[in-house]
Amino acid sequence: MDKMNINNIIETESLTKVFGGLAAVNEVTLKIDRGDIFGLVGPDGAGKTTLLRMLCGLITPSRGRISRNSDSFGYMPQKFSLYGDLTIAENINFFGALYKIDSKTIRRRADEILEITGLAGFKSRFADDLSGGMKQKLALTCALLAKPALLVLDEPTYGVDPESRKEFWKILYQLNKEGVTIVVSTPYMDEAELCKTVALISRGIIMSTGDPGSLKKSFPYGILELKADARDLDFINDLPEVVDGDFYGDKYHVAVYEVEQAKAAIINLLAEKKVAIHHLRHIPPSMEDVFVAVTKEEVV
Amino acid sequence: MSRILAILQKEFLQMKRDRLTLGMVFMLPLVQLLLFGYAIQTEVKHISTVVFDQSMSIESRDLLDSFSSSGYFDITGTAKGYAEITKMIDSGKAKAGIIFPPDFAEKLRKGETAPVQVLVDASDSMVSNSAIAVANSIGLLKSQKIIMQKTGVQSLPYDIRVRPWYNPDGITAYYMVPAILGIIVTMTMVMMTSMGIVREREKGTLEQLMVTPVKSYELMIGKVIPYIALGYLQITVALLVGGVVFGVPIRGSILQLYLLTLFFITASLGIGIFISNIARNQMQAFQMSFFVFLPSIMLSGFMFPREAMPSIIQYIGNIFPLTFYLTIIRGIVLKGIGFPYLIPQVMSLLVFSVIMMTLSIIKFKKKIA
Ligand SMILES: Nc1ncnc2c1ncn2[C@@H]1O[C@H](COP(=O)(O)OP(=O)(O)O)[C@@H](O)[C@H]1O
Ligand SMILES: [Mg+2]
Repeated sequence: MDKMNINNIIETESLTKVFGGLAAVNEVTLKIDRGDIFGLVGPDGAGKTTLLRMLCGLITPSRGRISRNSDSFGYMPQKFSLYGDLTIAENINFFGALYKIDSKTIRRRADEILEITGLAGFKSRFADDLSGGMKQKLALTCALLAKPALLVLDEPTYGVDPESRKEFWKILYQLNKEGVTIVVSTPYMDEAELCKTVALISRGIIMSTGDPGSLKKSFPYGILELKADARDLDFINDLPEVVDGDFYGDKYHVAVYEVEQAKAAIINLLAEKKVAIHHLRHIPPSMEDVFVAVTKEEVV
Repeated sequence: MSRILAILQKEFLQMKRDRLTLGMVFMLPLVQLLLFGYAIQTEVKHISTVVFDQSMSIESRDLLDSFSSSGYFDITGTAKGYAEITKMIDSGKAKAGIIFPPDFAEKLRKGETAPVQVLVDASDSMVSNSAIAVANSIGLLKSQKIIMQKTGVQSLPYDIRVRPWYNPDGITAYYMVPAILGIIVTMTMVMMTSMGIVREREKGTLEQLMVTPVKSYELMIGKVIPYIALGYLQITVALLVGGVVFGVPIRGSILQLYLLTLFFITASLGIGIFISNIARNQMQAFQMSFFVFLPSIMLSGFMFPREAMPSIIQYIGNIFPLTFYLTIIRGIVLKGIGFPYLIPQVMSLLVFSVIMMTLSIIKFKKKIA
């Protein structure tokens, strides 16, 4: 890995972090393109935070290597990590001074970013008194003060209302358009769809990497969406035509080998069990379907 | 440098807004001074005393006068029997009892030895020590007088005059106020510093700080200077209160007092920073600080004279910076001595500081690496 591709902003090789005998991050080899919006997607405890912290140099890997091809980077930890007893302006001035940015430039940049994030009117409010969404925006503002080429965000929308989440992603897109590479972790599949590249992580292992479209395209099974009058539909999974199934809200998603055959088999089975079918249709796979299938495979 | 300034500015802002801590910083020296200066009198007077006088004579009355005029014994009641005295001392109504036998006056007149029994509740050793010492000396003085009258001797063969230097009147506050400075600095440097640093880790702000270009030494200096300033502020308050309320004079150089205090501050800071490196949360930091604080008070000579301790305990006392600082501060304030007399203590504090800081730096490097 001595000759790092200059189109990559981060490369890792067999990156591993062991906590007390358990690998929180296990043999991760990654390449992140300059200009990417790279989503690290996985459930709680998958190892996202640990991986991002290693990328930022906050913890030492147990094994493996990281190259970061960017001097400046901004980092937004998962937990809100600014000073609650300081105001927005004081937080910004403090972090700006740590980056040795002169106060005039800090003010200009802060004004720019605060304008984008819509915090401009709240400069003298204490960080503790901000809503979840506003806190995230303030943290983003501080992470952006040094005009980094790389922005690392650990679950930035955790605990933020859906409206603010949408807004936050809009800002990320705008930054990305201006040339900032974004590495973001999330447990939400709908956010995974917003990334340019997605890496699915489960129990410290990257299961699959690619853009959301091709990940879904390469999904080997068909997905049937079933709505039926039954609380428990897990018995469908015993059909030989069915790979796996799970509830998604009030609907049941069934991954199948062959759509028409499986449809017939399910209709038969439900008729036998006297369960009324509201609808049963073939749908394109969602990121969540892909994720479930990928992680289930690993178990087998 | 500009980064250290930024951290300083931030620390002072936060300190200013943390009213509770700020209040504590000023109340601590005041409360401690008043507590230790006023309430804790190591000298015990006015011991409540009951008398069982079976002699009822001029002689017994005379001896009782000597007891009560000493100021140590307050005759608070008379008893009608041995059992009653016992009961009063048992119940704590009296701390001492004086018993004259029926033939007390008779024996005295005959020139025989006249026994007087003094019972003392020794459960409080401070009280009993004073009572026993005073009772003994009253007995001796009285006997002396009688012997002198009998033999016609005009002057005593020995004349031993004890002069308590530095604190001739034995005023507790003189001894306590300088020592309380040591206690206050220990509290601020060990407890507040360690908790202040641990708070940054607990709240996650350290994680945010560590991705900025700030160096760990800049962070440390910036975090620690405000506490040093706070410590000096507290010392100044304590010295002022000590002077105004208790009239404690500062016999030595104030400049030296402030300068040599710095060695104690760095040593205590060393402990504080070390604790902040091993404690996981503020509660742990608080508990660990107490773990240092309590033996410091017990073994440093703050509460009990070190000379009275077994030598192994004295050695253990030498682990704590407060032990050396008490010698320094009492030396400067009470004796008016200066640096040349205090070199061993200053050197000890210096060595201690270097060891602690080195340990902390090693440990801290591991944490961020
Ligand atoms: N500092 C740590 N010490 C011990 N175990 C840790 C530490 N940090 C994370 N872990 C463990 O590593 C695993 C991955 O955690 P994390 O990286 O926080 O996952 P995620 O961010 O995806 O929720 C979890 O099992 C967690 O308990
Ligand atoms: Mg996490």
